[in-house]
Amino acid sequence: MQRFCEIITSRELAPDIFAITIEAGALGELAKPGQFLHIKCGDGVLLRRPISICDCRDGYLKLVFRVVGPGTQWLAEQKRGALDVLGPLGTGFSVEGRHILLVGGGIGVPPLLYAARAATGLTTAILGFSTADQVILTEQFRDVCKGVILTTDDGTAGEHCFATSPLEQKLQSGNYDAILACGPNPMLKAVAELADRYNVPCQVSMEERMACGVGACLGCTVTMTDGRNLRACHEGPVFNAKEVQWNG
Amino acid sequence: MADLRVNFAGVEFENPIVTASGTYGFGREYGEYLDLNDIGGICVKGLTLAPRQGNKNPRIVETAAGMLNSVGLQNPGVDAFIETELPWLRQFRTKVIANVCGNTVEDYVQMTEKLVAAGVDILEINISCPNVKEGGLAFGVSCDGAESVTKAVKRVSGSIPVMVKLSPNVTDIVSIAKTARDAGADALSLINTLLGMRINYETMRPMLANNMGGLSGPAVLPVAIRMVYQVAANVDLPILGMGGVSTGMDVAEMMIAGADLVALGTACFVDPLAPVTAKYELDTYLDRKKISRVTDLTGRVELNK
Repeated sequence: MQRFCEIITSRELAPDIFAITIEAGALGELAKPGQFLHIKCGDGVLLRRPISICDCRDGYLKLVFRVVGPGTQWLAEQKRGALDVLGPLGTGFSVEGRHILLVGGGIGVPPLLYAARAATGLTTAILGFSTADQVILTEQFRDVCKGVILTTDDGTAGEHCFATSPLEQKLQSGNYDAILACGPNPMLKAVAELADRYNVPCQVSMEERMACGVGACLGCTVTMTDGRNLRACHEGPVFNAKEVQWNG
Repeated sequence: MADLRVNFAGVEFENPIVTASGTYGFGREYGEYLDLNDIGGICVKGLTLAPRQGNKNPRIVETAAGMLNSVGLQNPGVDAFIETELPWLRQFRTKVIANVCGNTVEDYVQMTEKLVAAGVDILEINISCPNVKEGGLAFGVSCDGAESVTKAVKRVSGSIPVMVKLSPNVTDIVSIAKTARDAGADALSLINTLLGMRINYETMRPMLANNMGGLSGPAVLPVAIRMVYQVAANVDLPILGMGGVSTGMDVAEMMIAGADLVALGTACFVDPLAPVTAKYELDTYLDRKKISRVTDLTGRVELNK
């Protein structure tokens, strides 16, 4: 649906990473973890910007995004007023399972918070960031997850490794029903390989450039192993990791 | 409230607002946002004889007041369209314009035969897709190509009007338009996207996987207005004008240049309600100008002396 959502709060969580809370209205009842909102970012940029839902509760939607260009820059500068929002869009995570592993990398971390909150069973989150000042949302994850493991690429916070190292340790020792992952493509590919090796079902949330966001333009496709090009905005952004063509 | 009806090549449109091929899927994608009955017609996503998976990703790049795309005609094929999409679209009064793209003249003929049997309102013969090697553009940039496709399609199109979609990527669009007319075209649609390219200066590689793509959006409106004007002034066929149209005022401008119907394309990506908003804006404009019939706008431009 299309809705004008009032901005409630907006603040910078880390350098160039912003959190914005908007009044959800009917969007809040429709939203599912892993879905995104498609937001008009002023008159200076033409296309809407897809922003994944970080959290949804009490009638509010929280979005956490990184400023990467003029669209997200505009969004970061909005402190009050209403945003022109399409959504919730896409196919999100399935959050059923007794114990789910969440694996997030950088700006792929936020949508996993909503998945953790919606999960029917236990969750353990492995959150990877490049460096200490990029670390976000760990307290919120600790509130809802059984365990939270923090990693940084340079060792300035948490464990000095990629998120995939603790993932492999967990998969060796524990019993998990599902892996839900969101982050840069190389990380997702590595997570998918581990999931395959340890035979745990894995869902990955893919980021692609988007135009319409509703399945019409076919601009945001992801190639599957059987050759089909599926729409990140419609069949995705969450895909079964086994079906994604990782060596495209 | 002006009379918005348009008779286009014998087909009665409730209003002149159409959605451009490739920008509105098969209508279904936008069905939850608006009443499709409010749109005069829908040009469906370009169809090919066999299903196509299209080009590699990335397929789109935003540009100043526009975007490049190189989707490459991803579509389920004409048979799947007839089986699942067409019956769904037929529940609405909106006219169905089937966009057809082939590798060979025989492809166009076979698809036309299938679509004529299934029953669509208008055939839009796409000889102007810039994003697939074989697909259409080879026909659209030469008079011989436009002539052979149009003639072959006309032989099997029966009573369904044949509209030829023209490429702007030519030196003289009027000569191609005249060729299509002489080959029997019932109408023309223009413009398809303008071939463009962007390069990432850091990686020194093109931003689109397919290297080049079609430019659309507000940036191309002046080119589209100019070409519609030139074709309308020289070729006496009904014209579906498109290219960068976003608002009701853009629709009016395109009609004044010579279009009988006007399609919105990229504008729909930005705002699913754009076609309906444009309709109301057009209606308000007509009232303000005290023009009682929208058809009175077509070709009204008077050049400065």
